[in-house]
Amino acid sequence: MDGVVQLQKQLVDYIASLFHEGFLDEQFNQLQQLQDESNPDFVVEVVSLFFEDSERLLNELAKALEQETIDFRKVDAHVHQFKGSSSSIGAHRVQNVCITFRNYCEEQNVEGVEPWHRCLKCLQQVKHEYSLVRNKLETLFQLEKQIIAAGGSLPAT
Amino acid sequence: MAAEAQFHVLAVDDSLIDRKLIERLLKTSSYQVTAVDSGSKALEFLGIHEDEENEASIASVSPNDDDDHHQDVDISLIITDYCMPEMTGYDLLRKIKESKSLKDIPVVIMSSDNIPSRINRCLEEGAEEFFLKPVQVSDVNKLKSHLLKGKAKESQPNINKRNIMEEKPSPDRTTTNYGGLEMV
Repeated sequence: MDGVVQLQKQLVDYIASLFHEGFLDEQFNQLQQLQDESNPDFVVEVVSLFFEDSERLLNELAKALEQETIDFRKVDAHVHQFKGSSSSIGAHRVQNVCITFRNYCEEQNVEGVEPWHRCLKCLQQVKHEYSLVRNKLETLFQLEKQIIAAGGSLPAT
Repeated sequence: MAAEAQFHVLAVDDSLIDRKLIERLLKTSSYQVTAVDSGSKALEFLGIHEDEENEASIASVSPNDDDDHHQDVDISLIITDYCMPEMTGYDLLRKIKESKSLKDIPVVIMSSDNIPSRINRCLEEGAEEFFLKPVQVSDVNKLKSHLLKGKAKESQPNINKRNIMEEKPSPDRTTTNYGGLEMV
């Protein structure tokens, strides 16, 4: 059973590091606490929805920022959604870059190409943070799978 | 069959993720849940058209139709997101309060944006509570008193205690206190 114990420790440490580095926040704990024997895949299900939704929003944002005349309200609406969904699963750093992004969208009454550059930069940051947290979460779920496959149970949060 | 009747909550939110979350939160508290993705679907479910009252296109048999109060389904509480396309949570709240048959159903508003004027407007229009998203177990625990009292005019409206601060990127939170949460 040594292997399982090691995996479990690895998982606990990994999750702790994700919190420590700000990738996840308390809301992720909330999700885990909503998971139980009757809903054993709750976290994976919600996070999978988040991944799908995020891909869609990133595409919409890229499209919106490619337009000749940018509709900043549309951009803001997409970022607002992204901010909401990342907040709902505890993706802390993604949420923060979305907040910054929205602040830029609201300032867009500035003439010239500056607002567009800033929005593009924000989009890049959101993409970056999103792919980071996605990788982290996928690694986390992999670890959990390994533990269960080895006959262990997931450590309580 | 459970000894006590289950409360039936109608949840309204255009975000699939948030619908899944609120549904789980409510079910954990043993509520029966119906989740819809828009205000108009909510009104349809409640048995009224947006313009007309007490005229449901959904044919139904209502055994206790004494007071002209007609509700197709017995909903104990409505919890709705504020920001939704087409019909906001506020618009939905107003329509519910304007409806003879629905006005006594407690309504709770959820929002990811912390805007005091928005919160006050909703509370003034008759919302029982205003929850900041993401909604917590401790928020859902507050619903019980509204459900048990029915529409209690004497209950104080509450805003869940979250930082009422200007929104800016937050530093990594150290500890947050969401009240007594049971560890599984």
